[in-house]
Amino acid sequence: MVGLFLSGCGNLTVLDPQGPVAEQQSDLIMLSIWFMIFIVLVVFVLLTVMIVKYRDRGNNDNYDPSIEGSHKLEFVWTIIPIIIVTILSVPTVITIYNLEEAPEVAEGSVQVDPLVIHATSVNWKWIFSYPEENIETVNYVNIPVDRPVQFKLTSADSMASFWVPQLGGQKYSMSGMETELFLMANEPGTYNGRNANFTGEGFTEQRFLVNAVTDESYDSWVEEVQAEAPPLSEEEYAHLMVPGHAEEMTFSSTHLEFVNHAYDPTYALEKSAELGYEPLNPHSREGKAYEMPKLTQPIDTSRTYKVELDDE
Amino acid sequence: MRWDEFIVTGDPLILGAQISIALSSIIAIVALTYFKKWKVLWTDWITSVDHKKIGIMYIACALLMLFRGGVDAMMMRLQLTAPGMTFLNSQHYNEIFTTHGTIMIIFMAMPFLIGLMNVVVPLQIGARDVAFPFLNNLSFWTFFFGMALFNISFIIGGSPAAGWTSYFPLASNDFSPGVGQNFYALGLQLSGIGTLATGINFIVTIFKMRTKGMTLMKMPMFTWTVLITSMIIVLAFPVLTVALAMMTFDRLFGSAFFTLQGQGLDMLWANLFWIWGHPEVYIVILPAFGIFSEIISTFARKKLFGYNAMVASVVIISFLSFLVWVHHFFTMGNSAAVNSFFSITTMAISIPTGVKIFNWLFTLHKGKIRITVPMLWSLGFIPNFVIGGVTGVMLAMAAADYQYHNTYFLVSHFHYVLIAGTVFACFAGLVYWYPKMFGHRLNEKIGKWVFWIFMIGFNICFFPQYFLGLDGMPRRIYTYLESDNWFSLNAISTVGAFMMAIGFALFVYNIYYSWRYEKRDTTGDPWDGRTLEWATSSAIPPFYNFAKVPEVSERDALWDMKEKGIDPNADTNYQKIHMPSNTWLGPVMSLMMFIASFALVFSWFPLAIIGGIGIFICMIIRSFDYNDGYYVSVEEITEIENKAREA
Ligand code: HEM
Ligand SMILES: [Cu+2]
Ligand SMILES: [Cu+2]
Repeated sequence: MVGLFLSGCGNLTVLDPQGPVAEQQSDLIMLSIWFMIFIVLVVFVLLTVMIVKYRDRGNNDNYDPSIEGSHKLEFVWTIIPIIIVTILSVPTVITIYNLEEAPEVAEGSVQVDPLVIHATSVNWKWIFSYPEENIETVNYVNIPVDRPVQFKLTSADSMASFWVPQLGGQKYSMSGMETELFLMANEPGTYNGRNANFTGEGFTEQRFLVNAVTDESYDSWVEEVQAEAPPLSEEEYAHLMVPGHAEEMTFSSTHLEFVNHAYDPTYALEKSAELGYEPLNPHSREGKAYEMPKLTQPIDTSRTYKVELDDE
Repeated sequence: MRWDEFIVTGDPLILGAQISIALSSIIAIVALTYFKKWKVLWTDWITSVDHKKIGIMYIACALLMLFRGGVDAMMMRLQLTAPGMTFLNSQHYNEIFTTHGTIMIIFMAMPFLIGLMNVVVPLQIGARDVAFPFLNNLSFWTFFFGMALFNISFIIGGSPAAGWTSYFPLASNDFSPGVGQNFYALGLQLSGIGTLATGINFIVTIFKMRTKGMTLMKMPMFTWTVLITSMIIVLAFPVLTVALAMMTFDRLFGSAFFTLQGQGLDMLWANLFWIWGHPEVYIVILPAFGIFSEIISTFARKKLFGYNAMVASVVIISFLSFLVWVHHFFTMGNSAAVNSFFSITTMAISIPTGVKIFNWLFTLHKGKIRITVPMLWSLGFIPNFVIGGVTGVMLAMAAADYQYHNTYFLVSHFHYVLIAGTVFACFAGLVYWYPKMFGHRLNEKIGKWVFWIFMIGFNICFFPQYFLGLDGMPRRIYTYLESDNWFSLNAISTVGAFMMAIGFALFVYNIYYSWRYEKRDTTGDPWDGRTLEWATSSAIPPFYNFAKVPEVSERDALWDMKEKGIDPNADTNYQKIHMPSNTWLGPVMSLMMFIASFALVFSWFPLAIIGGIGIFICMIIRSFDYNDGYYVSVEEITEIENKAREA
């Protein structure tokens, strides 16, 4: 049965890595799976043998109630787990340290500096800022293949977790601080990314797409956005701070010019309050009447977020 | 406050629950009045200080909570069966997984085990009661009212919806408006008082009240695990108390310990929560280990293999349990050194645990194994728990955990550990000690059906979830897309969940069936047991436990007496026994705490103050209470004992 399940592993997202970060993790996982299967099998076999052999069927010849223990045996099953844990610790620690650094670029190609992208989570959307390119996107992110990307994660409000399983494991984004995560894609393609840490009502839909594209298409995309997309005004950005969803958006400037949530944890609360938004008890009549806003580009900056009940 | 913020309306599921709660309360009140049982309820149960009765009340509450948490689980599984289901909406789903998780751990697993230890431990160590009988009654009632407070949230005010972990800033007023989180903070706080008191009570009981000859290294394994668990409780629960108090201040009085406003530290909450929370999972697993040790050794008819190593590993596990909490947030951007340290300490826990597994396996070696229902649960525990354990080691490898964290891989892992460990142990222990509590066994045939249906359903439910996790399905989502390709595994999982529900229903039926039809046990020792609890008569043994306190010379004390041909009840040269009186103060003081807490939930401060004064008055009355119990006369003992023997 285990074999059957494992044969299907090729299709499991996490075991189908598309970049060096996810690959290291997937290798570590597979290594541990083999050890664990071994342990499980040993226990299963021993248990079966014991039950079959020593079940009470009236044959008392192999009954011996005087046994209390055996230092030799106990030593064996103390030392073997110690060895296994040691064997697993070494690659674990090595990988933990590796993941702190930009992944190596494939042999033969030139090592380039990682592309820096700020990823900001807001209830319940993702905002990506490219400080060098002066671009901002919402709910999707374009990256060049074969180039390490350094995501700088922060949150405007709730604690979220940035996760693109096929490219690498997750890390938390928190308001008032910044964490870093290196990812890299080896193949062009579109990968699912999402917030993996529960942030309330709109959490399930807090997803985004990662488009890994060739260097050339990445560069032409950047140029196109810089030329054609509208800049992001502070007023528009304030609307993004109101809890709710948003469609994919693209801007030719970043919010880093007026706020960095890593240093300003209350910005989102203040801005959404200014727009008339107040958190409502979901069980009250106002709470039930309230609809989560869904923002589209261009952002409707005339909106306020007050609740109106029609029968009052 | 307006009525529509007080009573939850507008959801047909909740309306149904409200109606059925109202109906069953009315039925209960009418039945109690009609059969004139109010007085019995009051004198024999509510005010009782008898540890066995308190234990039974704990277990009854835990079974009820298993039902409530189970209904929550079924609703969640139903919602997740297929992509795009609309059975529950997001808010409702969030409330349900929050209450499910909290109830299962705080109001089901822990009280179930505390119930069993209340029933068993004083009997196992040959004591007449616990060290502080009044406190024991009070502990139960604070737990009870904490449970009640948490549970009413879904019909009054609205349930918490920030997960059982209630991470900040999500759990602050800014993102969780309404009273739900207040119910969480105060419900847990109230029941936590009881748990802490229980911990203290059992440490003193086990240290001070063991019968003559029972040295520490002659204690039954279950008693050992209870002792260590109590120590973990005493060390861990104050952390929760403080954290919850800070949460309450943040929510009610505008302090800013954890909130975004005012420089609060959300990570401080996460740390405090898990400094309590990780040891908490050992609070619910170590007594389970103790239960399995008793049962496996009884039905293999052998001494526990490697007793010393078993004790040592429990001690080591309890020590390590305080050193691993960071594994719950490897992804919080800790330095590589920190993550490496906590990876290794976490993996290290698997070493003493592995030692225990092999010791259990070798307890079977050269035994004479009888496959009874408690034994089935215990044998079933081993392979299932090992699956949960090895995936725990996988989670401990921080670099890999970045991929498992917050996914169904984790959900599957902790259910494997909690269900195969704790829930199996609760079932095993309840069936095993059932005759001691109620004077008859549970039907073995139905019991075996329960085991197989539940165990197979459990695996069908949770095994596929490892693969869902590896396929990128995060926990706590209320629905998913067809293009995610998670449908088939989720559908299988739901089928398994409903098998478990059938198993549970059959278990409840078995209680009824056995009460009607099973033969009464007159021996007090229906399983041919090894430890002292089997030396008394069955069906809640006399309130003084032992007419003559037995003297112990070997580890499996009763087994040893049986081998030597000693009858522990032969000596009828009784002496009068001193026993504590019943108390109305325990339940009333807890009721006052309930009133105060309920008022605080809604920020009704005048009422909260009245409740607080009530608590204070109770304390004053208690401190002037010079009633220090009464004596049971020799005639009375003789009469009770004769009746028990001839039945
Ligand atoms: C009867 C079978 C059970 C089923 C079918 C079940 C199912 C579930 C489901 C579907 C979730 C939500 C997963 C998610 O959306 O992230 C969940 C969460 C959880 N369950 Fe269970 N469960 C069962 C029994 C238990 C037991 C016995 C315990 C504890 C002793 C337990 C503890 C938890 C905890 C702590 C959570 C996490 C809640 C949270 O995320 O805040 N469950 N369970
Ligand atoms: Cu942080
Ligand atoms: Cu833990």
